[in-house]
Amino acid sequence: MKVTMRVNGVERSGDIEPRVLLVDFLRSNLLLTGTHIGCDTTSCGACTVRIDGDPVKSCTVLAVQAEGREIKTVEGLANGAALAPIQVGFHEEHGLQCGFCTPGMMMVTSALLERNPNPTDDDIRWAISGNICRCTGYTNIVKAVQHAAKLTSAAAKAPAGKEAAAVAGGGE
Amino acid sequence: MFPAAFDYEAPSTLTEVLSILKQRGDDAKVMAGGQSLIPLLKLRFAQPQLIVDIGRIPGLADIKRDDGHVRIGALARHVDIERSKELAKFVPLMVEAVHWIADPLVRNRGTLVGSVCHADPSGDWGSIMLALNAELIAQSSKGERVIPVDGFFQGPFTTTLRPDEVVTAIRIPVPAGTTGGSYHKLERRVGDFATVAVSVQVELNGRKVTKAGIGLTSVGATNIKAKKAEQALVGHELTDDVIAQAAKLAAEAAEPKDDTRGTAAYKKDVVRVFVQRGLKAALARAQEGKA
Repeated sequence: MKVTMRVNGVERSGDIEPRVLLVDFLRSNLLLTGTHIGCDTTSCGACTVRIDGDPVKSCTVLAVQAEGREIKTVEGLANGAALAPIQVGFHEEHGLQCGFCTPGMMMVTSALLERNPNPTDDDIRWAISGNICRCTGYTNIVKAVQHAAKLTSAAAKAPAGKEAAAVAGGGE
Repeated sequence: MFPAAFDYEAPSTLTEVLSILKQRGDDAKVMAGGQSLIPLLKLRFAQPQLIVDIGRIPGLADIKRDDGHVRIGALARHVDIERSKELAKFVPLMVEAVHWIADPLVRNRGTLVGSVCHADPSGDWGSIMLALNAELIAQSSKGERVIPVDGFFQGPFTTTLRPDEVVTAIRIPVPAGTTGGSYHKLERRVGDFATVAVSVQVELNGRKVTKAGIGLTSVGATNIKAKKAEQALVGHELTDDVIAQAAKLAAEAAEPKDDTRGTAAYKKDVVRVFVQRGLKAALARAQEGKA
């Protein structure tokens, strides 16, 4: 059956069986392979994407359930060549080792910082409790999210124009 | 992993759902958030011929007061319960307990009603609904039926819901007077099923218990309502002796099995300890609320 959704702001559609999972639709049909498949059993969060703003495990959503919805994947974070503050945070604080969990961690972070721009370490650990880092790099992930939070709130305060420069500069 | 092939319907009205279930109910599964059903489909433990997705029906996500009850619609997600001011005020037990359910990502899609209908004996909401004496509102093309959660669970993943019925809401009688509840869960990590969990809700008149609810998770073929333990509380003050006696009766009502999470004897003892802790916490909250 035909399914249409907005993915990272662009309308995308495909002709699929109802049993196709959202993560497979994103990876195989749309070739958006930034979203990873880890456990495939709703445990690890590597497949986290945002549906209408909410971070969810895309291995446990049928693509047909996303009909007409707004999907955001890790590919939607950066603005062209400029890394998003969240990506800068993970880069600067060494928030990844093997990197497999990172797209999921960053999608959760993007939702967290919208609801709670100044999270405590506990808030962050709570938010990522559905995401497993098998390198066990949680300490640096928490630092990375804090770094991203600072960049994001600084960018919000800065006058327009300086914002992009600050973010791009941080990524170097 | 892929589910086996199925037909898929996503009606936009309840009337359409009821008509589909009337014709094909025996071969169909109703899906709300899909957080229990999709994993079963992927593992091919479940292979229904038809999935009826109720996710596009308007008005089913409401949480509202309704004549002495709080009514929670079939599409209200765990996260909606977490953020509900109505529930925080009238049934705080649910808002405390929701943090123990799955993980934040699953809570963004999974629903209370779906979880209860899934009837996993390790499910958290089942025993909380038993402690709160909740009722399900089921609809079919023949009309509406109110089903007490007590008696709804028949065995693992088995309920008294008929193939042509869909549950549209759960309603919870608002605890009256001096009241408190608690949920204690032992889990190995976030998102894991309970090794053991215990839900407790009490209503007091002065110091004496007028109503008591105790629900047990992961210690039998269904969520269990520990009725003898509840009865041992009614009419009494919550002294250490009364609490100890109820805890003993609740442990006797549990029918756990040995598994990777622990031995049966261990789990029974955790029930006993959690009922004690739960009643003490519920009493403390009842007294706080009164002050």
